[in-house]
Amino acid sequence: MSETTTTGGAVEVHYQTPEEKLELNRLGMWVFLASEVMFFGGLFTIYLVYRWLYPQVFATASRELDLVLGTINTAILLTSSFTMALAVHAIQAGSRRALTLFLLLTMLLGLAFIGIKGTEYLHVINEGLFPNREQLLTLSADERPGQIFFSLYFAMTGLHLLHMLLGLLVIAFLIVQANLFKRYSAADYSAIENMGLYWHFVDIVWIFIFPLLYLIDRAS
Amino acid sequence: MNHQPVSRRTYFLVYLGLLVLLAATVGAAFLDAGWLNPVIALTIAVIKAVLVILFFMHVRASSAIVRIFALLGFFWLGILIFLTMGDYLTRIWLPPV
Repeated sequence: MSETTTTGGAVEVHYQTPEEKLELNRLGMWVFLASEVMFFGGLFTIYLVYRWLYPQVFATASRELDLVLGTINTAILLTSSFTMALAVHAIQAGSRRALTLFLLLTMLLGLAFIGIKGTEYLHVINEGLFPNREQLLTLSADERPGQIFFSLYFAMTGLHLLHMLLGLLVIAFLIVQANLFKRYSAADYSAIENMGLYWHFVDIVWIFIFPLLYLIDRAS
Repeated sequence: MNHQPVSRRTYFLVYLGLLVLLAATVGAAFLDAGWLNPVIALTIAVIKAVLVILFFMHVRASSAIVRIFALLGFFWLGILIFLTMGDYLTRIWLPPV
């Protein structure tokens, strides 16, 4: 099969048109993201169950987290989603230069997020708020709930961080592809669009992690 | 087909909206609203997620089948949470053994 497409053969033979490629790839990405929702969903469900069982300890443990760092990191991640949206917008207009610029900005913001997160981890671990450390015993008479909160803290933010690291690797790959091999154009930008979908999804996960872990009870 | 379904201006307004909502959720956490606190926090989180999905992820400008697929993951998550919490939340109704 070597039928050329109607728009100049920019896409692989198994697609009729560039639009079809875009649509099918987008659909496939959403199927993957649905599985990701369930992947993170398990942790969120565990969180809900234990917060329901131990509301007081979760509130106390939550106040141990650094709200300033958490808020700054949320703002950084929202900004990186904005620059990622602009990256997709740039390639839709056919500009590889602007695409590269916005992808680099997104990477920079992603690295800043990871740096701040690392600082926060060190701080939390130095405070002894790591599962199986004796400092956790002081959070409540029963040591278990405090352990569970910080286990969930590390599991949820850790899995999120892993997703960011993988995302950064793929963005770096896309930058190389776009600049060294002149890939992607206004007619063929599925990879960029899907990278955007992934990055925004990781942003959404954080949008829920932030209030659930950092903002349980700051009033009292 | 329009290759740029969302304008830069819209992206910027959505981004500003997200930052305002972030400030709102942090501010609301310091008000003692009792059981309303988690409700407010989660409502703001859902609004932020919907903004990201509709505009940044182009679902507003996507085909019906993409919209359905985008909803599906959250639908299954809803089932998971509904059935799990349906167990834990109703245990207090059981007569003491």
